[in-house]
Amino acid sequence: MHRIYGWVFEPGFFASQPVHVALVIGGVVAVVSAATGVFTVMRGQSFGGHALGDVSAAGGSGALLIGFSPIAGFVGLGIVGAGVMDLIGVQRLRSRDLATGIVLGAAIGMSALFLYVNTSSDATQQILFGSIFTDSSATTGVVVILGALALATLAAICRPLLLATVSPDIAAARGIPVRLIGIAYMLTLAVSVGLSSVATGAILSTALLIGPAAAALRLTRRVSTAVLAACLIGVAATWVGILLTYDSYYWGSARRLPVSFFIVAVVFAAYLLAGLCSRWAVSRAATATVTPAVASPDQIAA
Amino acid sequence: MSDSTRIGPPAADVLRVTGVSVSLSGRQILDDVSFAVGAGEFTGLIGPNGAGKTTLLRVILGLQRTAAGTVEVAGQRHSRRNPAVGYVPQKVLLDPDLPMRARDLVALGADGHRFGIPVPSRARRDAVAEMLHAVDADRFADARVGQLSGGEQQRVLIAQALISRPKLLLLDEPLANLDLRSAQEIIGLLARIARQQEVAVLLSAHEMNPLLPVMDRVVYMAAGRAASGSAAEVIQGDVLSTLYGHHVDVLHVHGRVLVVAGTDDKCDSDDAAFVTVPAREAS
Repeated sequence: MHRIYGWVFEPGFFASQPVHVALVIGGVVAVVSAATGVFTVMRGQSFGGHALGDVSAAGGSGALLIGFSPIAGFVGLGIVGAGVMDLIGVQRLRSRDLATGIVLGAAIGMSALFLYVNTSSDATQQILFGSIFTDSSATTGVVVILGALALATLAAICRPLLLATVSPDIAAARGIPVRLIGIAYMLTLAVSVGLSSVATGAILSTALLIGPAAAALRLTRRVSTAVLAACLIGVAATWVGILLTYDSYYWGSARRLPVSFFIVAVVFAAYLLAGLCSRWAVSRAATATVTPAVASPDQIAA
Repeated sequence: MSDSTRIGPPAADVLRVTGVSVSLSGRQILDDVSFAVGAGEFTGLIGPNGAGKTTLLRVILGLQRTAAGTVEVAGQRHSRRNPAVGYVPQKVLLDPDLPMRARDLVALGADGHRFGIPVPSRARRDAVAEMLHAVDADRFADARVGQLSGGEQQRVLIAQALISRPKLLLLDEPLANLDLRSAQEIIGLLARIARQQEVAVLLSAHEMNPLLPVMDRVVYMAAGRAASGSAAEVIQGDVLSTLYGHHVDVLHVHGRVLVVAGTDDKCDSDDAAFVTVPAREAS
């Protein structure tokens, strides 16, 4: 028993200061990303979320180059990017793709320049693939505050946002300022993506945003349950990823493998598993009852 | 055409549209449209595609600016977020994967404009259940709303619009894309709700025949102009010819009414003359 424990948690995991910081930042980032992601998936803005990740990368690498903390650039330029995407026309379905593509291209170009000019060898790895084990405690505070702000905004606008997602026409007729709600949501998305850039890196922020949400949406018929499930999946994936990364140091390579790889791998596994669960539940409901009411796993779980 | 509802002094008008004109990028969409809808009346807004029906509904909702004219709802100059108006837009596309049960969508109709996380309460649950029952949707109340059939989705959308207890219910082409039986069911349901809950119903459609048995009033639109009154008053050759701006005939065939374009310079052969106006205007 003790040997299995020691095998799962390699020595020093719980005593390590960088691990503590990583667990806190990773947990906060996972919750914010997953909750935002549920709305991103429902609104069909996954591509927009990814583009904001690339904008984050440009911001982070730029900030690093002029001696600022990357998180300022991640979040700051992300917010600017969200504003530009809204101006170009993220509201209209057809011009949304266009707006996203243009912003994404410009952002990657800027990142390429900034990372080339920066002579520090760690810069590329840190910006693109995350720096969760080397973040300072000061970063933790910023992450927690921004994360709380994003969650509070999301909680405040969730109902109008939901109605505007289901039918902008009904929402507008009810007096909901559909455009403003859309902008508030895009800003929340920008902050969320900026935060996950700190953990998994700018390029892989999409995985934390979309993966847990997509898995959760396969499992439930309710938005509230989907948000909770997505948060659980996101936090679990992040913490398991951190643990595996720590352990990988002892796997003989004498070098830690990248944490973003492990997090993304667990997220992907959760997505596949959720798909299997929902298929199994549907088929079970279909055979168990004569009247195959629209089946869903949470009905069975309940 | 149910004259029984017209007995006694006319009820106060719940909707009064006076001289409304709308132009969009130089094109006149609505031209001096005037009509009124009495409390609890079932009114059909009939006309071919492109006649201006949707624009008129958007004006009533306060979503479309007018060049001239006024709209009064329940005696008040109308503005947005009027709880006296319920609305079911056309072509609501609900994603089959949307994580939302029918009852969740109806609840959004009650408090979707509020900020903050909803607090579950017995009163809220009961109100939703009552509305679902009123539209015969109890059976699929817990199903994913995007996976319901077109007719079932219309019922849920109607419940969503009714839960704020409006005095006027606007429906934009709710019968489009429904099979005949579902359409009949929705019409019967709306007529019953108009009577029982004393909600005036204003429903747009390009096909009037299914609505003839239940309509108290017709607002017929063509080319941005409108004529209103009972079906017998409005659906006449001379009235509709004036609206369309060219000669049309009204034919009665086995209890059905057909509005048929007369020969004009656009028609080369006599065969082409017998085309129903909606089909011709649509093309």
